[in-house]
This record gives sequence, C-alpha cells and structure tokens, in this order.
Amino acid sequence: MKALQVISSAYRCTIEEQDDPAVWITHAMKGQGAELGVVLRGNAVCYSIEGQDASGISFGDWQQTNPPRLDRDIASLVDKGIDVYVIEEDARERGITSSAFMPGLKPITRAALAGLFAEYDQIWNW
Amino acid sequence: MSDYLLIQSQDPFESSATLRDYELATDLASAGNKVTLFLVQNGTLAGRQGANNAALSALSAKGVDVLADDFSLRERGISEESLADGVKATSLETAFDQFAAGTKTIWL
Amino acid sequence: MSDKKALTFSIMDGPFEQARIVTVLRMIDIAAKRGYKISVFAYEGAVSLPFAKQAQHPNAVHGNDLAEENHPLAKDWIAALMKTARDNGGELDWINCGLCVDERGMGDAIDGVRRGTPGDLWSCASESDNTLIVGTR
Repeated sequence: MKALQVISSAYRCTIEEQDDPAVWITHAMKGQGAELGVVLRGNAVCYSIEGQDASGISFGDWQQTNPPRLDRDIASLVDKGIDVYVIEEDARERGITSSAFMPGLKPITRAALAGLFAEYDQIWNW
Repeated sequence: MSDYLLIQSQDPFESSATLRDYELATDLASAGNKVTLFLVQNGTLAGRQGANNAALSALSAKGVDVLADDFSLRERGISEESLADGVKATSLETAFDQFAAGTKTIWL
Repeated sequence: MSDKKALTFSIMDGPFEQARIVTVLRMIDIAAKRGYKISVFAYEGAVSLPFAKQAQHPNAVHGNDLAEENHPLAKDWIAALMKTARDNGGELDWINCGLCVDERGMGDAIDGVRRGTPGDLWSCASESDNTLIVGTR
C-alpha cells in the first residue's frame, strides 16, 4: 500500500509542537516501513524554502528551546527517500519561485496532480 | 482510471482554497476518473441557488458529480428545491458507501 | 480480509471547536451499524474526544437545568459507537496517539480506548479496505 501525504495546512501549531504534525507523522510512519510520498499544497508550499527561523520565543522567564525547523524536517524527508512535491502555482501565488525550493524537492503543477494521485493507493490530505 | 470521492467541508466564501479544491475535482475528472464532490458542513453553503457559486455550478458540466449532505443542508435551512443546478441532495450514507467500496477518498 | 469491511479513520480535532468531528462520527455510526471493523487513530487534539472527565452543564441561556439540557459529550458519543459496533458484530478500536495524550494530560480516557503510535495508523490503514484522513485547519 502506498499513500500520498498531501500537506495543506501550515504554521498552525508548529511552535507548540516544535514541528508540523503532518510532517512529523510522515517521518514516524516512514520509520515503521510506510510507503509514502508528500505533496506540499496551499500554505504548506512555504515549507519548501531554507532559512526558516522560529527561535526566540519566551514567556516571562520561560525560554523556548528547540524551535521548529520545518526546512530541515522537509529536507530530511528527501534524505529518507521520500518523493516530496511542491505545487508550483501555490508557491508562485505566495511569491516563491521553484528555483528557491530546497534541493531534491520536485515542482509539480496543479494539473499534474491527477497523474500523481494515480500512482498511489490512497490520498491523505492533512 | 480510478474513482475519487472528494468530501468538501469548506466553502469558497471563507476560504479561497476551496476554489483550488474545485479545480482538483475538475482535473481529476478531465484525466478520465469518475469524481464525486460531496459537499458537507459549510461546504454546502455554495450549493444554494443564487449564491455566488459559478465555479461550483461549472463542475457538473465538467463531469463531476456534485452531491450535498442532506443533514448539512437542513441544518443551514437550504431546501432541496433551493439547490443550484447540478447539485443534488443525498444522505451521508451515499458518500460512506463510496468510501467503504474503496473509492479514493480525500477530505477537503 | 473477511467479508466485513475494515475501515480506518484518522482525526485531529478536539470537541466543541468545529464541525468535522460530528461528520466523521456520523460516518463511523454507519459503519458501526453495519458491523464493520473500525479503527480510529486520534491524533493531536482528537485525543481529548474520549477524555473521561468531560462533564455536562446546565444552560441558563436556554433556561434548562442539567438534566433538561442533556449537553452532549464526545466521550458518550464514542462509548455509544463502541457499543453499537459490538452489538452488530463489529468493533471500534479507538487508538489515542500516546505522545499527544501526554502533552495534553488526557490520560484518563473511557474504557475501550488504547494508546498507540503513528505505526498503528499505518498498520490499521494497511489492513483496511479504505482510510479517511481528516486533517484540521
């Protein structure tokens, strides 16, 4: 069984969780032998670029350590052999060109999603 | 080719991402798949006759079967008679049957 | 795989915040009445759905006391779905993501709920006829 993880929501609870739950669960399931691909869609296309820094949060005397590193977490999916696609039009709408994507990420058009979906048994939209 | 069930819980008035979802339904249908867009919750708000819903109305002409959850419609005071052309009211069981039959099901 | 369908659902939302949970539980109700094997992986806030300490309250705006208001609680819905599944020869296996439980202090769940990991989601999905992931927004 192969599932395509379509990640559409972004920056929702990343400070509290120190990661994105959809990205995290992709890593966790891959570690259990899951066959997965990933599509970054909607605001989640913003995870495709380097240089994201969520450090520096503090509440009173309490300092948050280990801030989320979404760029690292996405790059690490690629390192694990997971195909990670980024929807070009969604990125362009948000001022990101595909040349800015991190190495290893695969640009894909909205129209090409139908073909990609055909390669997977199930489509999981997060 | 595959069967797809897209469960559309969001409406285009609050979230423009819904229009991208409609596009996805069209693209899947254009690729030769059998596609059902099942409106539920606030997703049904676009199904009311007179709503600014040209993008939704265009779907049935493009081969997408557009259904709407009868409970969600009733909850929002939308009668079957007041649905836009191309949108049909049905029970959640209709969507469930497709899901249980193994149709590729995507919650939107 | 048996002739009874096996279906997996993953949900992420807690109660009293949005409409997704009601819709998903309506789908699970259909499956329970048909005696299907149902697996639910409760991820993130959804682990609070079967929290045992949920309590009803009266509603002065409605003019109802506690009994009259009969305020719905997600834990009771889930217990009812578990019973319906059993009564119809099926099963509702509710798996709470253990890490999500710990970070929210939601360890006190109703009977029939077990702790699990994302590996359980994958194994349930792999053994099911279909899977529905319901993300949050």
